[in-house]
Amino acid sequence: MRSRDPAGAPSRGAAVPSASGHWARKDLLGLRELSAEEITFILDTADAFKQVGTREIKKVPALRGKTLVNFFVEPSTRTRTSFELAAFRLSADVVNISATSSSLQKGETLKDTAQNLQALHADILVLRHSSAGAAQFLAERLHASIINAGDGAHEHPTQALLDLYTIREKRGAIAGLHVVIVGDILFSRVARSNIFGLLKLGARVTLVGPSTLVPREFEKLGVTVSHSLDEVLPTADVLNLLRIQHERQRKKYFPGLGEYIRLFGLTRTRAKLLRPDCVIMHPGPINRGVEIESEVADGPQSVILDQVTNGLAVRMAVLYLCGGISG
Amino acid sequence: MKKQTTVRHSDLAPVMDAEAIRRALRRIAHEIIERNRDLSALVLAGIPSRGVEIAHRLASYIREIENVEVATGVVDVSMHRDDVGTRACLPIVQSSHLPLPLEHRTVVIVDDVFFTGRTIRAALDAISSFGRPARIQLAVLIDRGHRELPIRADYVGKNMPTAADERIRLRLQNIDGEADAVWLVKEPQT
Repeated sequence: MRSRDPAGAPSRGAAVPSASGHWARKDLLGLRELSAEEITFILDTADAFKQVGTREIKKVPALRGKTLVNFFVEPSTRTRTSFELAAFRLSADVVNISATSSSLQKGETLKDTAQNLQALHADILVLRHSSAGAAQFLAERLHASIINAGDGAHEHPTQALLDLYTIREKRGAIAGLHVVIVGDILFSRVARSNIFGLLKLGARVTLVGPSTLVPREFEKLGVTVSHSLDEVLPTADVLNLLRIQHERQRKKYFPGLGEYIRLFGLTRTRAKLLRPDCVIMHPGPINRGVEIESEVADGPQSVILDQVTNGLAVRMAVLYLCGGISG
Repeated sequence: MKKQTTVRHSDLAPVMDAEAIRRALRRIAHEIIERNRDLSALVLAGIPSRGVEIAHRLASYIREIENVEVATGVVDVSMHRDDVGTRACLPIVQSSHLPLPLEHRTVVIVDDVFFTGRTIRAALDAISSFGRPARIQLAVLIDRGHRELPIRADYVGKNMPTAADERIRLRLQNIDGEADAVWLVKEPQT
């Protein structure tokens, strides 16, 4: 073998990268179980895949012959499309299954549906599910690579990775930055994955929102909790505004939209409190006029569309890494 | 009695030392100049990581000899390999960089050790995703044989016949922090 080929590789089940910086996981379930080195490894790999988007031919044969199933039990358009496009650019074949079209509607269990997909030789399963731990459940039972595309209020690792990638791209490094996450933290898997990733990479994290949605218990994770956005804005290097999830809200948690905008909406006036180099992020879809005023969302500090572009590169990297190791 | 210890690489005499490597690369630089009249259309595209270092050295020799600045680039082959799903762990993928457009250029692929030819096939594939160069050539420091594909090199630093269980160990100062040298080793790499 060539001298650059890795030797003494750990077995597939070992799921531990060697100290010299190799990738050896078949699944991506969350950022909590990844080391800082593994997260950085994914971000570095995404750099190379972002470059592919600038080539004359924006497609590489890395996953040629592999079959990817987008298995979205919970509705999603942007995440599914991003994974689908990432798979196309890696030359994988893609099948999309949504909740309404699947036999889950007919009472089949998640495990049975997944085993049927495996019987069809699906190599990679991208799963979006309303229950926390659904991805882990399948990863323990199937040979296919499982990529968690959001499980309940647990984790959404690729969203956090694209956020980290965008922060690193815009600010040069993540360590030492003050990242402020605003909104519905309690129900947000995006917030949880971001918190794990940001802390591992050495950022300082402040969560802001109404006390019902941002309880003090979060401080046990190693973050600061604040209920006043105006106090936190002047020291923020990154502002990540989470979407208010109308579909998940129950009245008892939520003060009402007008009240929320008055206290936590990023209005033009409030945006003036930000440092000029602070970047404004939002995982989308944005509720214009709620989390963020239109002019601010379209303004020079907003990197919301960069996040979408970077999401493609990050998902290509994740599919390449998890789908490209032996199974 | 103490168990016999394995011979360390550094105990063996290298097949090529720093001076031999310097002379081989300088000769390749001369050959590249001889074969390519228009040096401004040339790109020396290294395959990471040692191929990139060798491409930079060739560019600096060409600068010394002809006083011409030759373009360099990087071709990472990770995404174009044909062994998808057969490796238990994956090394880092580097970004590829080539001066565009490639249409009227001659790309010289530069690699350290030429073995099965599969890496070069992947590099040809990678380059074609950037455009259609006028021609593509191949320069390698060492050709150890055992080709599995119909690919040959245009410039060879040293032909080194090897057995299948032997391995070429190359160290370059700027990459490895050790003096330039090439060894032929029998033991599996640890």
